[in-house]
Amino acid sequence: MKPFIPRAAALAAPKQQRNWDWRAAANFICGGAGGGLLLAVAFAGIETPAARIAVLLGLALIATGLTCVWFEIGRPWRAMNVYRHFATSWMTREAVVALVVFAMGGLALLTGAKAFIVLAGICGLAFLYSQARILAANKGIPAWRHPASVPLLVGTGLAEGAGFLSCVAAWFGAAASSWVALVLMVLIGLRAWFWKSFLARLDGDGAPDAALKVLHGMSSRLLLLGHAVPAIAAALALAGAPGRGGWLLAAGFLTVGGGWFMKYTLVRRAAFTQGLSIAHLPVRGRGVSGPQVKPGWKSIPGAKAG
Amino acid sequence: MSRYVMTIDLRRCVGCQTCTAACKGANATPPGIQWRRVLDIESGEFPDVRRTFLPVACMHCGNPPCEEVCPTRATTKRADGLVAIDYDLCIGCANCVMACPYDARSIVHEPHYAYSDSPMASEAKRFDPNRVGVSMKCTFCKDRIELAERTGQIPGVDPEVTPACVNSCISGAMGFGDMEDSQSSVRRLLAETQHFRMHEELGTEPSVYYVWDKS
Repeated sequence: MKPFIPRAAALAAPKQQRNWDWRAAANFICGGAGGGLLLAVAFAGIETPAARIAVLLGLALIATGLTCVWFEIGRPWRAMNVYRHFATSWMTREAVVALVVFAMGGLALLTGAKAFIVLAGICGLAFLYSQARILAANKGIPAWRHPASVPLLVGTGLAEGAGFLSCVAAWFGAAASSWVALVLMVLIGLRAWFWKSFLARLDGDGAPDAALKVLHGMSSRLLLLGHAVPAIAAALALAGAPGRGGWLLAAGFLTVGGGWFMKYTLVRRAAFTQGLSIAHLPVRGRGVSGPQVKPGWKSIPGAKAG
Repeated sequence: MSRYVMTIDLRRCVGCQTCTAACKGANATPPGIQWRRVLDIESGEFPDVRRTFLPVACMHCGNPPCEEVCPTRATTKRADGLVAIDYDLCIGCANCVMACPYDARSIVHEPHYAYSDSPMASEAKRFDPNRVGVSMKCTFCKDRIELAERTGQIPGVDPEVTPACVNSCISGAMGFGDMEDSQSSVRRLLAETQHFRMHEELGTEPSVYYVWDKS
């Protein structure tokens, strides 16, 4: 990775994190969608061949994400150490849940039994939740640690899972595709609500200016292309418009694409660090103290940008 | 039991970066990596402007978020208050880097040297392969603290067992000592002054106190 050498004046301000690159983002992108897909297929009631394909796709997505992370860590041959801290580390918990997901998913693929598909789905939800908590536990990144990031990440994982399931259902012409289209529409709406809530709460509670700028900058595109358009496509599929399968396929792809765009932005582009601050400027000589200085933040009362 | 803390008197710091250089010398960190830095912060609007020097490093938090997220238990909080990293356990996942709100941690994925692809003699002598691909940060010069346990010397008083940055400070801005010792200089200083800890609102309970005025 290219060395990052900030200028002296910028050292105290929040900086875009450079340790988790596209490989780490891919874990949240693929893993979250995979977990959501496993849950979606567990309760969608689609036929066994399509269900097996969906389970396989979900497992493949989770495996892809974890493989990407394995290529990112500094000491990949020690990767098994990740299981050493179940008590508090959500990364350990994610890794443990991943084992159970693959076990249940593997049994579902082998047997086609509904019970194993449901168990794999529940584990998929646990995997998705673990990933959301990994981000939220990082106090160094204000946009991640905000409590509203957890429902957002879980919500988008569920929407992406329903999006993938829509694609599978459309491909197989599954009888349950109306039900899938309806669930997809609901989850798209839910994700849009989580997104707007996340942005509003982040604005209210404060975050680095640069992070807010990135998130607000992509919001209208995300809401239009990742929510409004796929919701319309899903509605057309639900209404039985000509080319129904195509509408469902498009709705699924756009929902997944919107979620991945959002997660990549959150993990990479909007991931600005807390930065450093001085709560009280020092009193020198006969002078007085000054107000709090928190470079890169405007929304803290009394704070001035450095 | 001891609880080691650092005090930094912002009224005294002149931004000379001697502590930065001393840390670099004591710990042989690679180019671009500084466990201790002194930030030069300009604030206010003309004509009411101020320039403040802010020494920063690992805060050795009482409630370290890096320890909580570490999946390997490589990062641990010791009984004496120091937050330590076991380089043999760390997998370099960078979760702790993200969890630290003080930009105190870094990971170097491949060896870097000051002037070329090969090390100078001094760099070769002090190169530590165990620190490649793992998380690293200020240790409060823990080898010196551990030496004090064997010799009976007092960290913060005896230079041999005091962090290099504190020893080097030309203005006496930096102090180090045991908060549990009622006679320690840090305890007395904090009793006599107004001070803050950075980002206290995050619940990290840092062990570095910034002094900004007398009581």
